[in-house]
Amino acid sequence: MKLATTRLAAAFVAAGALTAPAYAQQLTIGLKSEATSMDPQFHNLSTNTQVLLNVFEGLTKQDAVQRLEPSLATEWEAVDDTTWRFTLREGVKFHNGSDFTARDVIYTMCRVPLVENSPSSYTIYTGTMTDVAADGDHAVIITTDGPDPLLPTELASLPILSADALGAEDEVTYAQGGCEGMGEVPQSPAFNSPDVAVGTGPYTLDEFTRGNQLVMSRFEGYWGDAPNWERVVMRPISSDGPRVAALLSGDVDMIESPPIQDIPRIEQGGFKIVDALSNRIIYLAMDQEGEAPSLGGTNGENPLLDQKVRQAISLAINREAIAERIMGGFAVPAGELLPPPMFGTSDRDVDPYDPERAKELLAEAGYPDGFQITLGTPNDRYINDEQVAQAVAQMLARVGIQTTVDAMTASQFFSRRNAQEFPIYLAGWGAASGEMSSPLKSLLATYDKDAGMGVTNAGRYSNAEFDEILREAMTTIDDAERETLLQQAGTIALDEFGIIPLHYEQTVWAMKPELSYEPRVDQYTIASQVESSGEGSN
Amino acid sequence: MTDRSVASSLEPVITTKPLEVESPFRRIARAFVEDRLAVLGLVLFLVIALAAILAPWITPQNPYDLAQLDIMDGGLPPGETSFATGGTYWLGTDQQGRDMLSAIVYGLRISLLVASVSLGLAITIGVAAGVAAAYFGGRLDALIMRVVDLQLSFPAILIALILLALLGRGIDKVILALVIVQWAYYARTVRSSAIVERNKDYIEAARCLGFSHRRIMFRHLLPNCVPPLIVVATVQIAQAIALEATLSFLGVGVPITEPSLGLLIANGYDYLLSGRYWVSLYPGIALVVTIIAINLVGDRLRDVLNPRLQK
Amino acid sequence: MIVYLVRRLGQSLIAVVAMAVLVFLGVYAIGNPVDVLINPEANQAEVAAVTQRLGLDKPLWEQFVIFIGNLLQGDLGNSFVYGRPAVEIILERLPATMELAFVALVLAVVIGVPLGVLAGLKPDSIGGRSIMAGSILGFSLPNFWQGMLLILVFAVMLGWLPAGGRGQTVEVLGMRLSLFTWDGLQHLILPALNLALFKMSLVIRLARANTREVALQDYVKFARAKGLSARRVVTVHVLKNIMIPVVTILGLELGSMVAFAVVTETVFAWPGMGKLLIDSINLLDRPLIVAYLMLTVLIIVTINFVVDILYSFLDPRVRLSEVKG
Repeated sequence: MKLATTRLAAAFVAAGALTAPAYAQQLTIGLKSEATSMDPQFHNLSTNTQVLLNVFEGLTKQDAVQRLEPSLATEWEAVDDTTWRFTLREGVKFHNGSDFTARDVIYTMCRVPLVENSPSSYTIYTGTMTDVAADGDHAVIITTDGPDPLLPTELASLPILSADALGAEDEVTYAQGGCEGMGEVPQSPAFNSPDVAVGTGPYTLDEFTRGNQLVMSRFEGYWGDAPNWERVVMRPISSDGPRVAALLSGDVDMIESPPIQDIPRIEQGGFKIVDALSNRIIYLAMDQEGEAPSLGGTNGENPLLDQKVRQAISLAINREAIAERIMGGFAVPAGELLPPPMFGTSDRDVDPYDPERAKELLAEAGYPDGFQITLGTPNDRYINDEQVAQAVAQMLARVGIQTTVDAMTASQFFSRRNAQEFPIYLAGWGAASGEMSSPLKSLLATYDKDAGMGVTNAGRYSNAEFDEILREAMTTIDDAERETLLQQAGTIALDEFGIIPLHYEQTVWAMKPELSYEPRVDQYTIASQVESSGEGSN
Repeated sequence: MTDRSVASSLEPVITTKPLEVESPFRRIARAFVEDRLAVLGLVLFLVIALAAILAPWITPQNPYDLAQLDIMDGGLPPGETSFATGGTYWLGTDQQGRDMLSAIVYGLRISLLVASVSLGLAITIGVAAGVAAAYFGGRLDALIMRVVDLQLSFPAILIALILLALLGRGIDKVILALVIVQWAYYARTVRSSAIVERNKDYIEAARCLGFSHRRIMFRHLLPNCVPPLIVVATVQIAQAIALEATLSFLGVGVPITEPSLGLLIANGYDYLLSGRYWVSLYPGIALVVTIIAINLVGDRLRDVLNPRLQK
Repeated sequence: MIVYLVRRLGQSLIAVVAMAVLVFLGVYAIGNPVDVLINPEANQAEVAAVTQRLGLDKPLWEQFVIFIGNLLQGDLGNSFVYGRPAVEIILERLPATMELAFVALVLAVVIGVPLGVLAGLKPDSIGGRSIMAGSILGFSLPNFWQGMLLILVFAVMLGWLPAGGRGQTVEVLGMRLSLFTWDGLQHLILPALNLALFKMSLVIRLARANTREVALQDYVKFARAKGLSARRVVTVHVLKNIMIPVVTILGLELGSMVAFAVVTETVFAWPGMGKLLIDSINLLDRPLIVAYLMLTVLIIVTINFVVDILYSFLDPRVRLSEVKG
């Protein structure tokens, strides 16, 4: 008993020492989701990327509006259609003190396919690379198996690892089948150790306790501007309510995506709200391949094959009302798949709300009394997704299309959608590349397993002319030319109502008034970009 | 064995005989009415049940008919007037412009439907298993009671949660899950009272007279198991309502197109901090009042029906 | 005695194995985890590669054989999401849940017993009646709704306590616990109270019933007649007598506490096993779901087993009836 008491006392003392703020300047952020690993090559998903971009950096990076900027590479050029040359920044140090050179770049590309158990691999970026070669210590030449205009953009999501920290040999050579000189390649669990999770970023990893917190501290040897914070703590608080409450009670200094209904309350509490249009479009996709399931009142036919019916659906939706009432003003009605002026957009008008015309179109298509349909939607994936779907169903019911909402968790929704179980479904798409080829390629290109096109095109929209133009765009290195082609392709699909855009989500951050954050289109919360604007911010 | 059971069975036979002549129902009713709180509970429950049954005729709106909703009426606080129809929303509206009063009454309907259907099925299965176990004894008894023991050793919420995670959402699936987690309680209750009954002389007599098993089990054994069954059922139905609400809250219960009280609370949970408390608070109060009413009745019934506490 | 032990152990094992088979088949029949895990930009070839990497391209029976094979070696497989052994990830979360359940248990006893004794000694007083009314409330209010009200009152309206999450932790005996830091304790109070309320009502009722029974017994009457103060009679005789049933019940309820932690952890964003289970269900992380269930089943079966053994030592009648039945 005596012993136990002493031990307890010791624990209390230790606790006291720990809880005392070790640094005067600390930033604590409440995140909606948690990184699944500290290995930047384990899980290719934005929740991991946004956290790891504090510790690691890519050759390129995207600014707040997803324009490409130099990062570890100072400049890059397309030598010919299949060759890119990246000039590397000099004088950059890793957290362990070693210098950043071409060897690290080659090692990074080499390790991608060697990561075991990856639930979503980075090979989608490196798969096209036939060679990665050093040109001196501070230049890299990357050869691809075909024209790849998006390579520099994609490399922004592929953080550079330290070849030294991971135990590579002095000479690392790239080969598509298997590299040489890799040494013993550490697997993802090893990255929980700060000795392995070594990057060039503004913060070094101190501690990662799953489900609890991620602690980082300032890297004094950072090549860019000195990082703003001594210490950064990121805490996953996935439930919306507790996350807001944590901000209100001062537990955290900043949170990402507060639920929009709570924003007035957060503002009342004297906190700052920043928001920006995101690259995420919320859309309706319709089954345009043969017989659609879950339909009624159509004599077994699929009315969605008729362009007039698809147009009627679009005209029946009051996008302004959804943006105002359901999204609390934190959404903008959409006319295409990316908000203008992003790359490849064409300033297309938003479809008007015209229920009378919609009824006429339905009558012209042979459905004067409408029909019955099931609208599939996730209920935990996009902002107020289920609510938006219910509002859409309400509006469709007004023009005679009796709509039943079938809502489910994202895990079930994605499986069922990919199995083409819904005649019409609501989903969202965030363009990681920040340009139009991303949604066009995935949502509208004809579904083709071998070509890797139309992966998420579960409505199976298909148009040969569209495919042709898109394919050309994706292999055109010249930016201006590519943009025109993308605009053309987008216009073809939208003119046919191949997909119905609803709105662009607005991403919101809430923080203490003395902080400032430039809202990012890609919805990332990057601690190193949070600034302290006022005095007395600790 | 026979010696002991004959001796112990004599006593109850003597005491219960005259009571039955005196109409046990009247006695129970009289004892029940003595507790005013229990009467209040009973009245409350009857009102709630009646409202749930009559929902389509007494609510101002059918909350499931999307054509009757207008998102322009969304998020109105209690007492506001509708933009669309001019009617008053006494308990406010949710985001979709759904009248919360109507939604609550319809939600009650679903909650009570789920609870009572699962109760009925669970009792049927439990009683059949319990009586069979007690009457036939031997291997069948051992087998049934092993399964019962095994199942009762796991928390109901865990079993139901996993079942529904596998089955997906749906009223039928929730009912199935509730039946699976509840039947064992009835089986155990019925078995223990039936075993006491089985060893009594009149059953022996009935057997000698050549009555069929089924007739003995259901005409003679079962009626004697009813009082403890009622007690367990009142406890279990309150639990079933709470369990369904919890499952719906966790996102594995009823589908959103047919929201129970639990799902209404869950939906409103997101609005709790924003000051739009009515979306969550009122369904919660309705749920709690229902459960308390049933528990009050159940508590009193237990006292009334339990001979040990009678002085 | 040995026969009884062996039989009991055998039954427990059968329970665990049956659960494993059912859970595996059930969990593996739903959805396609790849659809959830993969980056939406990935093409069909990459989807196929991941499917193969996770072993999902094999027919169900083959996956099952592999699962059983690994299970026999004590391996429950790697989590799809984290790429590490599922058991390891759950064990990381175990201290948080155990800490929560333990504190809840202590709260239930420390608050529940005195209230119950009070209500039992003065059943007709206003205090006694309101304690019983409160315990009906504790029974009736669904767990998640209680939690919500606690957050609303103590975190939002009064602002006294944090609304969710776990506080600062320190390493004690190889486990990360938040019990010993001020920050951690603050975060712990509300969820522990939430988890405790239901059991507290149970303890109150149990303590009250036992107190009433004990208070009527001759030796207590005698003690009072002897002139012992009421306080001493209660503390010595009544408490001593009711602690045995209370402790037994709570031992058995520990398992259900761990299960109910799923709800509390969801409401309070507490990073324990329960929260992990809900997250894993949402992400279709099958190995984690299976591992969680296996571990929970194991915990519950062990608790029941131990309680049974203790009982058969304390009460020979239990053993006798088991052998006979």
